[in-house]
Amino acid sequence: MAELLKGRTGDWEIVIGLEVHAQIVAKAKLFSGASTAFGADPNEQVSLVDAGMPGMLPVLNAEAVRQAVRTGLALNARINRHSIFARKNFFYPDMPQGYQISQYELPIVGEGEIAIDLPDGATKAVGIERLHLEQDAGKSMHDQRPGKSHIDLNRSGVALMEIVSKPDMRSAEEAAAYVTKLRAILRYVGSCDGNMQEGSLRCDANVSVRRPGEKLGMRCEIKNLNSIRFMRQAIDYEAARQVELIEDGGAVDQETRLYDADTGETRSMRSKEDAHDYRYFPDPDLLPLDVEQAYVDALKADLPELPDAKKRRFIDELGLSPYDAGVLVAERETAAYFETVAAGRDAKQAANWVTSELMGQLNRAGLALAESPVKAESLGGLLDLIADKTISNNIAKDVLNDMFATGRDAATIVDEKGLRQVSDTGALEAAVDRVMADNPDSVAEYRGGNQKLIGWFMGQIMKASGGKANPQMVNELLRKKLAG
Amino acid sequence: MADLRNLTLAQARDGLAAGDFTAVELTDAFIGATEAMRGLNAYIVETPEQARAMAAASDARRAKGQAGSMEGIPVAIKDLFCTKGVQATAGSHILEGFVPPYESTVTRNLWNAGAVMLGKTNMDEFAMGSSNMTSHFGPVANPWKRKGDDAVLVPGGSSGGSAAVVAARAALGATGTDTGGSIRQPGAFTGVVGMKPTYGRCSRWGIIAFASSLDQAGPMTRTVRDSAIMLGAMAGHDPKDSTSMKRDVPDFEAALTGDIRGLRIGIPGEYVMDGMPAEIEALWRTGIDWMRLAGAEIVDISLPHTKYALPTYYIVAPAEASSNLARYDGVRYGLRVDGDSIQEMYENTRGAGFGAEVKRRILIGTYVLSAGYYDAYYLKAQKVRTRIADDFRDAWQKVDAILTPTTPSAAFAQGDKMDDPIAMYLNDVFTVPASLAGLPGISVPAGLSADGLPLGLQLIGRPFDEETVFRAAHVLEQAAGFDARPDLTGWGG
Repeated sequence: MAELLKGRTGDWEIVIGLEVHAQIVAKAKLFSGASTAFGADPNEQVSLVDAGMPGMLPVLNAEAVRQAVRTGLALNARINRHSIFARKNFFYPDMPQGYQISQYELPIVGEGEIAIDLPDGATKAVGIERLHLEQDAGKSMHDQRPGKSHIDLNRSGVALMEIVSKPDMRSAEEAAAYVTKLRAILRYVGSCDGNMQEGSLRCDANVSVRRPGEKLGMRCEIKNLNSIRFMRQAIDYEAARQVELIEDGGAVDQETRLYDADTGETRSMRSKEDAHDYRYFPDPDLLPLDVEQAYVDALKADLPELPDAKKRRFIDELGLSPYDAGVLVAERETAAYFETVAAGRDAKQAANWVTSELMGQLNRAGLALAESPVKAESLGGLLDLIADKTISNNIAKDVLNDMFATGRDAATIVDEKGLRQVSDTGALEAAVDRVMADNPDSVAEYRGGNQKLIGWFMGQIMKASGGKANPQMVNELLRKKLAG
Repeated sequence: MADLRNLTLAQARDGLAAGDFTAVELTDAFIGATEAMRGLNAYIVETPEQARAMAAASDARRAKGQAGSMEGIPVAIKDLFCTKGVQATAGSHILEGFVPPYESTVTRNLWNAGAVMLGKTNMDEFAMGSSNMTSHFGPVANPWKRKGDDAVLVPGGSSGGSAAVVAARAALGATGTDTGGSIRQPGAFTGVVGMKPTYGRCSRWGIIAFASSLDQAGPMTRTVRDSAIMLGAMAGHDPKDSTSMKRDVPDFEAALTGDIRGLRIGIPGEYVMDGMPAEIEALWRTGIDWMRLAGAEIVDISLPHTKYALPTYYIVAPAEASSNLARYDGVRYGLRVDGDSIQEMYENTRGAGFGAEVKRRILIGTYVLSAGYYDAYYLKAQKVRTRIADDFRDAWQKVDAILTPTTPSAAFAQGDKMDDPIAMYLNDVFTVPASLAGLPGISVPAGLSADGLPLGLQLIGRPFDEETVFRAAHVLEQAAGFDARPDLTGWGG
């Protein structure tokens, strides 16, 4: 049970449902052959169809269908083998056809469910209502010339999956966990790059409040949230606003609201009275979409291992802690990196080096894993040097710093800097003897019962060897010699 | 040389092949006819220079032995088709000046077959109308007149300009589009053959949309043979139109065997309408006799949902039109009338750009699709549409083709029925059912009214069975021996 909101008059439960718009990774738009690459100059990627020229007709992009089905399967959802494209009619300057082609009554993907991971380590099931395919609209720019609006149709017609959750979330925390998990699944499947800065993933939040156990309250929809942080802030603000409104004797109006990141507030965009009558009807330019079961089965067989399954395997087969496994599977790239490092090596040690040492370095440098100067194979090479006792754990950390700074591999750095661990018994014995001879008082004190001094002796020897002495062997020799 | 304008398309084709005349000569004759017939107001744009250039290129191809099925044949193109570099208006002010940088698939197919373009023909605005009175560019006159009456008659609609130029021998063929009868009804009113093929037979790509689930391009010609030749050149699967069917185009001309012995012709009792002029019913009976005499088996059939076809059509077509016409907003092309806000600019543009009939249908369409009325109107109409299609499906168990009148009357005068939209819509009462079912239908000139105006009979066939339709139509045409011609001298001919 998620936490309740404390009002003046008692507790309130927040109810949240999310609509996520995910841009499909595809070379062409949903119904035209125009390119979809990010960052092109305005109106460089507009076909006659996208511009709504007279007589132009949509032709469905098979890749978008494939990605929607794969995503549906990854959401444990029912694939509707018969689906229909509808026109959603509304006027908007950057909607060249005067309607958006979407799916309405019969979407390609029906109900499903995903498990979200909460900060306390618990998981919770969140229902998926549907996933449907639709076109994106273009973009109006009002600030280019006084009195004129410029319209960029590059995004017009880009293929989106609208993924609608059930109202199963009870806090901003859960909503954040949902988007995080959904994003991870999309990225694993490869159907959406999940890049919220570039608008590949956008979110509308439906928020209402109610007394615990009572029926659903009136909801408001907050549009176009383009970061998880803003979504959390918007939900928290909106829930508090609604509680205050009701406690003051008012009522929540069903309306569409916008979140202003500068003020941290939501404000009304349009009320139900101004709500569009979209006049949906089946698009007569497109035949119903029928997919074969064999096609669905083939896509299912071809799906990559998804985060939950991977996490379970990391715990069960590799012996990782649930925490480490969770961190490693959060991003497909991280999991792939880890699996390369761990291949044929100690998985727990590999996990430790990836999650704490490497990620620590990346965080400090402000780099993403994909930009890491230390590639997975190189980190594996470093672990091999630890495993065969060429270097110690401590030296290895220094070597990693060097690798991170220069991009060179571990063995080269160890060789060039002469960091190979000294495991020669004669040399180590001599070092131990020398330290003991130089510090007779300490030897006497140890023998007198202060066993803790062993650490101090270790430190002296390691220092004298420049850190290269094999610590395990030094430890054994010291104990033997100090024991007399 | 005989007047080339009196040739049929097939005769011209054969004459060109035999070297009796060149495409340039033939085209010049039709450019001359086009100019002579300007009184009909049948063209919105004439393209004589393009025609001459295309004809010269055609002669060059023929010299190299590369003649296509329509090689050197001058045709007119309904202004609903986009042709590259030539203004396309759909008869509307809102698209005035719009020059598409692309070529519709059907016209592309025609040019690939060697045809020559004479110009873009006038039409009811966005193909909405049965009289050609709704064009922004003024009404088209029917070249025919009543005996002893000088009133200017309508050529029917919406492909009225195409019908008029073929009837007036100002083109060997013309493209039309038919949504509820817009090829067949003007065909009947002007005494030409109008063929609406099966929905999906011709690509809609590049044709300005009226009602997407109904619109279908087809040929308008003087004979059934010409129709078969021209449809063969227009048709074919197009990957750019998702509703175009992946089917081979048969040799339609080869289907004209003259033999319909054993063919079962259905006569639907529901097409006997109250108040239908006796001469229409008489012509229908004569047509039945012709088919029987030619050896066909006449079978009485029932299409019980026929009476719902017209109201169904006038819900479905405006619904789709209201959506299809949303793109004409003044933002990207065509007319723009400024306003103080974007909303006002839309309102001003659409207010000034669309005519009364288009506005009426946009309003009806918006209404029947709106929340709260969708189920009662649009959804109900779709269900009835399915029933109508089922009626035909049942009929195909018993018959191979269906014979009906094309229209409930002969051509009427310009201005008539303009204040009564329902009376106007009744023009399509016999053509709409086949449109709703997506079936091929052809109108063949079969006789004259008491006033001396042409009347048509319609043959409807199974989906993608244009061959049977053409075969039966050809026999009907031969039996009717329709050789009446409009008096073109009154038009400068």
